[in-house]
Amino acid sequence: MSNFPFLSVLTVAPLVGALVVAFLPRHRPELAKQVAFAWSLLVLVLSVVMWVSFNAGGDRFQFRESYSWIPNWGVSFTFAADGIALVMLMLIAVLVPLVILASWHDAESSKRSVPVYFALLLVLECTMIGVFAAADVFLFYVFFEVMLVPMYFLIGSYGGHQRQYAAVKFFLYSLVGGLFMLAAVIGLWVVGGKTFDWQALSQVDISTGTERWLFLGFFLAFAIKAPFFPFHTWLPDAGGAAPAGAAALLVGVLDKVGTFGILRYCLPLFPEASKWFAPWALALGVIGIVYAALLAVGQNDLKRLVSYTSIAHFGFIGVGIFAFTTQAGTGAVLYMLNHGLATGLLFLVVGMLIARRGSSLISDFGGAGKLVPVLAGVLFFAGLASLALPGTAPFISEFLVLIGTFTVNKPVAVIATLGIILAAAYVLWMVQRTTQGTLNPALTEVDGMRRDLNLREKVVVAPLIALIVLLGFFPKPVTDVINPAVQATMDDIGRTDPAPSVGGTVQEAAR
Amino acid sequence: MTELKLPSIEYAAIAPILIMLGAALFGVLVEALVPRRWRHLVQLTLALLAVLAALTMVVLSADERIITVGQALAIDGPTLFLQGAILVLAAMALLLIGDRSVERGGAFVAQAAVTAESADDRRQAEGRNGLTEVYPLTTFAIGGMLIFVAANDLLTMFIALEVFSLPLYLLCALARRRRLLSQEAAMKYFLLGAYASAFFLFGVALIYGFTAGIPGRSAGVDFATIHAAVSESPASPVLLFAGMALLAIGLLFKAAAAPFHVWTPDVYQGAPTPVTGFMAACTKVAAFGALLRVFQVAFADANWDFTPVLGAVAVLTMLVGAVLAVTQTDIKRLLAYSSIANAGYLLVGVLAPSRDGLAGTMFYLVAYGFSVLAAFAVVTLVRDDDGEATHLSRWAGLGRRSPFFAALFTFILLAFAGIPLTSGFTSKFAIFGPALEGGQAWLVIAGVLTSMILAFPYLRVVVMMWLSEPGESTPTVTVPGGLTAAALMIGVLATLVLGVAPAPLLDLATGAAEFVR
Repeated sequence: MSNFPFLSVLTVAPLVGALVVAFLPRHRPELAKQVAFAWSLLVLVLSVVMWVSFNAGGDRFQFRESYSWIPNWGVSFTFAADGIALVMLMLIAVLVPLVILASWHDAESSKRSVPVYFALLLVLECTMIGVFAAADVFLFYVFFEVMLVPMYFLIGSYGGHQRQYAAVKFFLYSLVGGLFMLAAVIGLWVVGGKTFDWQALSQVDISTGTERWLFLGFFLAFAIKAPFFPFHTWLPDAGGAAPAGAAALLVGVLDKVGTFGILRYCLPLFPEASKWFAPWALALGVIGIVYAALLAVGQNDLKRLVSYTSIAHFGFIGVGIFAFTTQAGTGAVLYMLNHGLATGLLFLVVGMLIARRGSSLISDFGGAGKLVPVLAGVLFFAGLASLALPGTAPFISEFLVLIGTFTVNKPVAVIATLGIILAAAYVLWMVQRTTQGTLNPALTEVDGMRRDLNLREKVVVAPLIALIVLLGFFPKPVTDVINPAVQATMDDIGRTDPAPSVGGTVQEAAR
Repeated sequence: MTELKLPSIEYAAIAPILIMLGAALFGVLVEALVPRRWRHLVQLTLALLAVLAALTMVVLSADERIITVGQALAIDGPTLFLQGAILVLAAMALLLIGDRSVERGGAFVAQAAVTAESADDRRQAEGRNGLTEVYPLTTFAIGGMLIFVAANDLLTMFIALEVFSLPLYLLCALARRRRLLSQEAAMKYFLLGAYASAFFLFGVALIYGFTAGIPGRSAGVDFATIHAAVSESPASPVLLFAGMALLAIGLLFKAAAAPFHVWTPDVYQGAPTPVTGFMAACTKVAAFGALLRVFQVAFADANWDFTPVLGAVAVLTMLVGAVLAVTQTDIKRLLAYSSIANAGYLLVGVLAPSRDGLAGTMFYLVAYGFSVLAAFAVVTLVRDDDGEATHLSRWAGLGRRSPFFAALFTFILLAFAGIPLTSGFTSKFAIFGPALEGGQAWLVIAGVLTSMILAFPYLRVVVMMWLSEPGESTPTVTVPGGLTAAALMIGVLATLVLGVAPAPLLDLATGAAEFVR
């Protein structure tokens, strides 16, 4: 089975599904939803088979396939996955069916074609899978840019308040980053001897000055995509305006392309520059953690609040990556997965709440737990997972990032720990203002608020809750896959972990 | 009396030119002899057949690499590639010009001499069949362009310039509606074009002076002589620099590069839209074909001198095009400024003097030509009772009214914005890669930065079409007749194919990318 072309099939399958769904008649929306859902389940099954056939102790890159595309420029369709990519592919495959299920009625309120909405979701899945599966820099860039188009229309056509503004802002920010990367991609191609193959390029020696410029081009694109402070302003707008399902994918997966890109392209291809820029990147990460958390505390819009929490979490991931230790790196990758699960869940639940209330303002809620106890409970759980409560999956990743960072850079680790306290503040306060306390009398007059989670919605949240708890207690299957890939990345930049030692002061005291 | 020696002429190699000019002359006879109601059909068929025949001859002589007709014409790889490009794009433009179903009677005025805005004028606008003289005019212009890209001395180039410019001035004035705008555009184009021609001619004279006095050679304006003179002439280089600058002004004017671009938005807006498409696609190819040959053959050894200046022009062109495109409210003017910015990108290609750079520039010309013709084809379709609705506010909500055409136009706009899987992206790569390799990093960075600015106006149109609600005045899209539909589909398909599988055309361009000297 390991010879099966998993990655190319996984990339193409959703696209085929999207074409099928798009050409279903507009007046048969139910059929479109069912086909889209079934198709995404098919992708999930295939991904699970791929996960099983991945050999954690084997080569760094597996399932490698290569087909010639534009020989004049040395471009080929090369796919390959390491442990990091594999984990992200699984995340996509799990999230998309749930998002489709959760968005069952989202498109109907917009007066626009329902089949097109689900077709766009599948196109988005195709491009997301492609971006993680690509092992050719050109191919990666193609997916990186094309990804914008379906997301743009998802936000712009099916979003809520201020959707046009948010869609354009999202597109322009990403495009600006992408074009900087294009310049760097071309530069890399020229100095790399006209090839785009990742493995060939990672062997090329680049002069220090050039390397720094190229790093900057890539890093800027990824920092906007992730987003890191100060390039983050598009995310609250886009996350706030996007339909909840699309927002879950935007924050849960799309933004991971940025951090994934740093791990896959910036560090191995430009090791010297990565080390040179690391203090700056760490600073951006730390500022993001504190600043975004403070802004999150102040939000009155549920979706914007969740967007800001994500920016804070991306700060953690950034710190984990640029600490250059295996622990922190593994923590960062694990964080990418766990954040996708936890924030994905949070976005979906918030979306269910908003759909019932018809408003996304926290001040329009209050005591909702008395009307919809199960939904409130799930919101509480998602909040706790998001603030990294021990026993939930994000705790492990956050902890790994912090201890991995502490061994090499104590101040950064200490400041980052502040983020945990702030996370408790924004999550608990949000939960308190929406579901706890005295019942807002206006809520009883809204029909939707009398309906608790129905079966479909329970099916949406159950797997995510299960995964968060399971990975919170038993992350080994995932860390086994991640560890070798992170180790290899650290080898690429030539950093070894500091040997565990008792602190100097203790040794001196012992003398 | 000295004996005149007749130059030998390779008739097969110059057959495309002869066919187009012959067809144009024949078209004049058709005007005189064929009954009025048959003329349209006969003229269109004649023009298309001529283009087809010329294209066949180009393909047949694909391996020709000669200089013929004395030193006047060079039939080599770039010439044949660009001639092929001009002919293919011209065929598409002819389809647009020949369409009479989108607008009753076609896009052209029925009688050019009728006073604009008079009662007669309103009557002719109601649907009398348009002039058929446009076909010989177009055919002449195509013929001139074919000579222009093949010209191997500056005088031939000048004559070719006039042969393709004069019909274009006329064509611009022949719009069926908004005739004052159209005539103003033609007047402006003619006056500025005449200035540019004068500059060109003066440049030729200075260069001729510069070439005088090389030992063992007589003075001349053929490119081999100029090439030799650049390294050997004892004359002051001031002559060379002044001559080069004046020549460049003439050529950059046709290419719509800043600061010689001011005519472009007015002319693009005023001219009948099929003619605008023809100019945007074919004139660009011809102008850049000539620029490439002049600067990479004749002045190749002076590239230390002209690269900084042309580079500055390129940056300025990109900036002016991109920044001013942001403020436009008329779709034709927007496309005009976009075409100016694209001229800037093409200049980057001209300054990448490697085989890949030449191939990339030629690839870009073809890719851009297809996209821009398709774009103008859509513009002809969006109309109400008063003709085309070109104001952007009128396009609001078009995606709801006519999702299919709005989707096609969106695709073309994404191509202009350089999104991957469209020809816009591959062609940018084809130019920026060799430019960076040639050490022109600053031009590439300027290109990337202006691409960002330029993405905004394109995106604004997309927002208009899809995300805005249709207003009272949103026009409907006319379902196109066969001709326009064919041109549109060819353009969109080419944009897609060149974006997804550019390798065959790149191979062709790379194989052709070598000048004979």
